[in-house]
Amino acid sequence: MPTFVIAEKCDGCKGKDKTACMHACPNDLMVLDKEKMKAYNRDPWHCWECLCCAKACPQQAMDLRGYADFVPMGASVTPLRGSDNIMWTIKFRNGMVKRFKFPIRTTEEGTAVPGGDFPEGAGDLNSQALFTEPASLLLDEVPTIKK
Amino acid sequence: MPMNFETVEVTTDLLIVGGGMAACGAAVEAAYWAKKNGLKVTLVDKAALDRSGAVAMGLSAINQYLGVGKGKNTVEQYVEYVKNDLMGVARDDLVYNIARHVDGTVHLFEKWGLPIWKDENGEYVNEGRWQIMINGESYKVIVAEAAKNALGMDNIYERVFIIEPLLDGNRIAGAVGFSVRENKFYVFKAKAVLAAMGGAVGVFKPRSTGEGLGRSWYPPFSTGSSAYFTIRAGAEMTCQEVRFIPVRFKDAYGPVGAWFLLFKSRATNAFGGEYMVERREELKNWAPYGLVKPIPANLRNYLGMLDESEGKGPLFMRTEEAIAKLAEAYKDDPKAFKKKMKELEAEAWEDFLDMTISQALLWAATNIQPEERSSEIAAAEPYFIGSHSGASGAWVSGPEDIAPPEYFWGYTNMTTVTGLFAAGDASGASSHKFSSGSHAEGRIAAKAAIKFIVENNTQPNVDMAKVEELKARTYKPLEIYEQYKDMTTDPEVNPNYIKPKMFMFRLQKMMDEYVGGVTANFSTNKAKLDRAMELLGFLKEDSENLAAKDLHELMRCWENIHRMWQAEAHIRTVMFREETRWPGYYFRADYPKMDEENWLCFVNCKWDPNTGEWSVFKKPIIRLFQ
Repeated sequence: MPTFVIAEKCDGCKGKDKTACMHACPNDLMVLDKEKMKAYNRDPWHCWECLCCAKACPQQAMDLRGYADFVPMGASVTPLRGSDNIMWTIKFRNGMVKRFKFPIRTTEEGTAVPGGDFPEGAGDLNSQALFTEPASLLLDEVPTIKK
Repeated sequence: MPMNFETVEVTTDLLIVGGGMAACGAAVEAAYWAKKNGLKVTLVDKAALDRSGAVAMGLSAINQYLGVGKGKNTVEQYVEYVKNDLMGVARDDLVYNIARHVDGTVHLFEKWGLPIWKDENGEYVNEGRWQIMINGESYKVIVAEAAKNALGMDNIYERVFIIEPLLDGNRIAGAVGFSVRENKFYVFKAKAVLAAMGGAVGVFKPRSTGEGLGRSWYPPFSTGSSAYFTIRAGAEMTCQEVRFIPVRFKDAYGPVGAWFLLFKSRATNAFGGEYMVERREELKNWAPYGLVKPIPANLRNYLGMLDESEGKGPLFMRTEEAIAKLAEAYKDDPKAFKKKMKELEAEAWEDFLDMTISQALLWAATNIQPEERSSEIAAAEPYFIGSHSGASGAWVSGPEDIAPPEYFWGYTNMTTVTGLFAAGDASGASSHKFSSGSHAEGRIAAKAAIKFIVENNTQPNVDMAKVEELKARTYKPLEIYEQYKDMTTDPEVNPNYIKPKMFMFRLQKMMDEYVGGVTANFSTNKAKLDRAMELLGFLKEDSENLAAKDLHELMRCWENIHRMWQAEAHIRTVMFREETRWPGYYFRADYPKMDEENWLCFVNCKWDPNTGEWSVFKKPIIRLFQ
């Protein structure tokens, strides 16, 4: 299956009503088996391999096994997502390993202010300007065409 | 009914349906104007906002940024580009409107925390003229955070799948849907509804039909819900024939934009020939659009497809050559050369890791290092997407200040159904909005929707008898399953019903073979389309016998009903347009040429909720400037 759960590492998010992977999956594929207290991907044929689940897993209990109908065996691509960067470990079929680290955000989590710190516009519901405009456009006015 | 499903009623002013870029843009903008006017905004999402929609995985570039305020481009230039890319078929007013607002949205993304590549002068790094590079793994998380902060989680319903509109005459009155996790049926009553549920994937048979079924270029959870919702409300639809076929790295569908635009890579065939050069003459047949730069996406596709059908494949992205060329400038300084190579290697891998992890895995699994070896590219299967280089979606009003009278009916981005707005993949004829433009369009539509509510501040009537009927219809697949499942020893094989997965395969096979999918070499004709309509008729009847063993399968049942309606709008429109205008998207073999005299127009269609009849008709293309 495209993403899989490592049985030994998964703790079912300690019995909370939904696991981190269940919260994350955009296709609602992850399910918690409450008897075993382990999560699983219920329909790998619908998995996009977006790895939202693996990135969210607090136990790093999830990994990716490529689509078996076209991906040769033996390689892996594993994310470790932090608060401001993500580290990727890529293992090739021939044993080569590459690591990459990329930034993911420049601000503290949770701090996104809807209007940025752009000054509000005129607040006119009838104008073409959106609420942060024209400031957020770096212009004095919203462009238009003379009819 | 086999189970007890609680009905949950939510009454609001504006209902935003969807959770992707357009919906998040709508949330941010609507929250501001709603607060000013004492109104309530509610958002309902099939998934969870952090990672829902087409940007769930992340992106490596923002494909629409003009830099108007920095004097880099004009809005008019963008309109010109889009119009030509779509072979003349685009709404100038809508494209202009998104393009004049999109930069502000991108500047907000940066404030919220999205890392955008900068050069030594602190300017954004362009991938191409309109594209900027980002470290976009958390693009959607950041955009969702602003939306959540604007609306508050109390006003956001997650894991609720909206399936049908509620109407009060020709005015939208709300929407119904079901929780995909709990036994709860939701009835949202609203004064205006903004549809932003994405495009449609899986209408056509994909190239990979095993596990790789999930590895669609656009996400498999975009299942035609926008199209279904707007069609069923009786909204006029546009460009339903203008599907999109991306050429991508073969099988895992890794992005090609960075390779073509940033790394300046060539694509060559098995014999080293460059189809973009060798087949240049062919472009004259598609003039004037074939002669502009950049060459329209569908024509680039088409030239590669001609190579493939002549047996000149595989086609390759010449990654090794491109990287060698870029590093060449540093060849006399071994240290600088090594540093440059390392930088290019990281950029190449991040491009995939940010948005198509599968492609990175496929490289690793086949021992490919892009600086050493080329990789195959191929045309994927067709998709329905109003935001990229396709154009399908609802026909919406343009903005008052620039739209000609034929394109203006009171509120920007309102469909022809009163109070029903559309944005992102849900609105048509405004291609090339991508992630950033979809967010901007969500904002535009949300402001207009609030204006509509202020000026039409009455709660439409909701017919509760109709709601009960919809509830019964919603859960019918569960009922059918319970009723018949014990008749056979294997519940998967039962003559009384069809499970959603096989239903999807049946739709995909029919679309693929008769409506110009991959195995039909993207080609069709009237006889094939007639046959498709006949088979679709059987499929529609059988949709009444869909069966689901649980809520998850119930979601799949409804997703496939949504796909089926997108398919029907497509077939009817392809049939109506008697020419070939986008040869790299589909080829009408019985009308193999472009016919500017008769078909330089929009083809719109409409399903009448009162009679159940479809109509298909032309609408004029009105240029705002030449």
